Amino acid sequence: MSKRIEIKDLDIYYGKFHAVKSVNMTIEPRAVTAFIGSSGCGKSTVLRSLNRMHEVIPGAYVDGQVLLDGVDLYAPNVDPVRVRRQVGMVFQRPNPFPTMSIKENILAGVRLNNARISKSAADELVEKSLKGANLWNEVKDRLDRPGSGLSGGQQQRLCIARAIAVEPDVILMDEPCSALDPISTLAIEDLIKDLKEEYTVVIVTHNMQQAARVSDQTAFFNLKAHGQPGELIEMGPTEKIFHNPDQKATEDYITGRFG
Amino acid sequence: MSTTMTSPKRTGSTTPDLLTAGQLPKFTGLAALVVSIAVAAGLLALLQSANVTSVVAVGALLFLLSMFILSTAVEGVRKAKDRLAKYVVTGFFLVALAPLISVIWGTIANGMARFDGVFFTWSMRNVLGEGGGAIHAIWGTLIITGIATLISVPIGLLTAIYLVEYSNNGKLGASIRFFVDVMTGIPSIVAGLFAYTIFSMIFGAGHKSGISGAVALSILMIPTVVRSTEEMLRIVPNELREASYALGVPKWRTILKVVLPTSIAGIITGVVLAIARVIGETAPLLVTASITSSMNLDPSQHPMATLPVFVYNQYMYAPGIDTAAYHARAWAGALTLILIVMGLNAIGRFIAWKFAPKAGR
Amino acid sequence: MSATDIPEASTDPRSDSHSLERSAKRFGDTFFRGLSTGSGVLILLILAAVAAFLVGLAIPALLADPETFQFSRGQSFWKYVAPYAFGTMWSAILAMIMAVPVAVGIALYLTHYAPKRISSTFGYIIDLLAAVPSVVFGLWGIAVLAPAMRPLFLWLNEHFSWIPLFAGQVSGTGRTIFTASVVLAVMILPIITAISREVFLQTPKLHEEASLALGATRWEMIRQAVIPFGMPGIISACMLGLGRALGETMAVAMVLSGSGIISFKLLTSQNPNTIAANIAQSFPEAHDIGRNQLIATGLVLFIITLAVNMTARWIINRRKEFSGAN
Repeated sequence: MSKRIEIKDLDIYYGKFHAVKSVNMTIEPRAVTAFIGSSGCGKSTVLRSLNRMHEVIPGAYVDGQVLLDGVDLYAPNVDPVRVRRQVGMVFQRPNPFPTMSIKENILAGVRLNNARISKSAADELVEKSLKGANLWNEVKDRLDRPGSGLSGGQQQRLCIARAIAVEPDVILMDEPCSALDPISTLAIEDLIKDLKEEYTVVIVTHNMQQAARVSDQTAFFNLKAHGQPGELIEMGPTEKIFHNPDQKATEDYITGRFG
Repeated sequence: MSTTMTSPKRTGSTTPDLLTAGQLPKFTGLAALVVSIAVAAGLLALLQSANVTSVVAVGALLFLLSMFILSTAVEGVRKAKDRLAKYVVTGFFLVALAPLISVIWGTIANGMARFDGVFFTWSMRNVLGEGGGAIHAIWGTLIITGIATLISVPIGLLTAIYLVEYSNNGKLGASIRFFVDVMTGIPSIVAGLFAYTIFSMIFGAGHKSGISGAVALSILMIPTVVRSTEEMLRIVPNELREASYALGVPKWRTILKVVLPTSIAGIITGVVLAIARVIGETAPLLVTASITSSMNLDPSQHPMATLPVFVYNQYMYAPGIDTAAYHARAWAGALTLILIVMGLNAIGRFIAWKFAPKAGR
Repeated sequence: MSATDIPEASTDPRSDSHSLERSAKRFGDTFFRGLSTGSGVLILLILAAVAAFLVGLAIPALLADPETFQFSRGQSFWKYVAPYAFGTMWSAILAMIMAVPVAVGIALYLTHYAPKRISSTFGYIIDLLAAVPSVVFGLWGIAVLAPAMRPLFLWLNEHFSWIPLFAGQVSGTGRTIFTASVVLAVMILPIITAISREVFLQTPKLHEEASLALGATRWEMIRQAVIPFGMPGIISACMLGLGRALGETMAVAMVLSGSGIISFKLLTSQNPNTIAANIAQSFPEAHDIGRNQLIATGLVLFIITLAVNMTARWIINRRKEFSGAN
């Protein structure tokens, strides 16, 4: 299930704007990798380039390679739609489909692709995904109710369940807790620790304590100056980045001297 | 009027209180209005020219004048202007209600006479003078509007999808949007002439048919459908599209299964209101589908009667004898038309209200 | 669902989930994109066709020998169309003079004076006016309004006949250009109200509060903050209303007993006709070159309304750019 991601000389542009400059990194399978850095430094952009979601914005393109177990996501004949089936994503704000029930939300990835699935297989998939997202016990009695009726934290776990229902290899999370209260955040953080048993997890976060709590590896992004493209400053085991970084900029950021 | 002058009071004459100023008591406005109307009625009665319109008009002027003077004296000129603006603006709203009430009342009062069973079962075939009905015209209206809807909705819907989902704010999208706006301004008679000329070129001069009428109506209906659908698609949050893409769903399936279902209530409302708008169109049908006194259910050839043209024809081309019978049929047709249009509006609003996206979580 | 679903229906997302390659089978995206782009282009083509057909069929009337004309034989086309163009503009201008102050007043009432809870209901009532079919307005105009206007006409004529507008012999039926303009004014009222109302609602709250905080009364606040902000919007709303008044056919065709003359008199039975009403009234009896003549007048109307509408849209779009993201 879990796959290794290698990023080689990745440059990302929005039209003429050079957003991110020459990123090189390896993201290990069965581990949580956190992207930290100040606002606008390109960490979310890099995350979205890992399943080609940044292409949704008109004019966006990349230069370089993103290898998923050795296969380049940006090779000419690669279909971004298929990439996204293997690299799932969870967004900043919970976004369950408002017209669908909890159950339909889980099955959305399968159903929207018009795949046929038997009723028993569907029920099994719903239960498995909801259990995988630590949500089963809370919603098992109201699977046919609208997903938008849940609390914010439950909605976010529903979105995680929906993402793992298509059985991806990688799960990307773009500040998944920034719209949630502390208790819901804790539930999501526990879930992230469980998810890494099966998936490669990449998480963007503004909250450094969160990065320290959940991640194995941490990558620090920064801007050299305003108007310059974002760059990867340093990447390493979370322990090392937080306690003994190689770069001065990283240390300044961690200790709160700027950003 | 002079009695109201006594009620305003100045507070604290010895210690000036800067936060309170002279103020007319709340009932002044109402009192002044009653007095003004009464004075106007009395004056006009003396001049022997009192009727509802003149009393209301003169009374309103008296009211505005007296309130302005009163308020200037008590509250100051700035406050007086403020009051004047308030009364004038409110008055405009009431003025606009008058024609609406008059239209609806006139149509009901005149239309009820022939709003009967015969009207909804008979055509005008071989009818001279009394009797006869509009069933042929009602069928014609349903058929022509139905075809126009079948043409307009797919084109309008797909164009709106192009504008919102595919155009990326490019040049083509901008020009389509601009010309759709321009199209909303095409005079309806011009749309009729266009449909007439096209069908004349293909099928020979003087061609009259239901389908040519439907084409004319489509030209009027497409821009309305595009604009309302576009608006509805735009309010679907981008987060839902992204959620769908992130599940590996192709764009077109995302549009069909996520974006459209989310906005479907608004889209249907827009379509219903667009139908309501074109179902009462007369001018384009006059030059395309024309009028006939017999039932014609075949839209491909021969003139086809429609309700609006029926109304026009019955009223304007009534013969010298039995004129009242023709006029009564015209009013009954107008009543039917108003009921259809108001019904469609009510349905549209109901759908919008019932299925409105629930705000927030 | 359309037939294009079938090729993809067999694609289980998990059966070949380890291939990232584009499946040659999936043309759903291309097809759907093409379909919707095609619809957009089709609209451009329709509009181009409307213009082309009108021009194509109007040209014979411009080139033909006036002696062969069905309508106003012996006169050039321009002489034929001039009085109708005048009548179109004149009736629309009269309607605007009556409708604009009332419509803007109603919009102000709905946004700034009416109690919050009922203002949307009141707005809906005004919208109802827009829903009434034009033929019903025509019927109302000829049968209810025209007789009701006569006393006013007589009074105006009696006391103000020194003003040229009110001079002349008062029409016995009340079916004059004045009555027609009142009907037009009622018909364009809702559109001007709706757009002005929307614009007034967009007035930045900060401007309004800043004005009130300086001690302005509500009316002074409206004059300082709301009207200046909404001016371009009001202008384009008026242009759109004007466009509708110019093109309105049935109400005028029924209410007005007009002919091809130029006259400013409002109360007499000698009234100019409008282009649209003339087409509706003359088309059934027109044949051969007569049809070309009418289509040519339709083209003139099309060009006038197009110019008015494009100006209105241009103002609206320019305003959007200035007001930024809102």
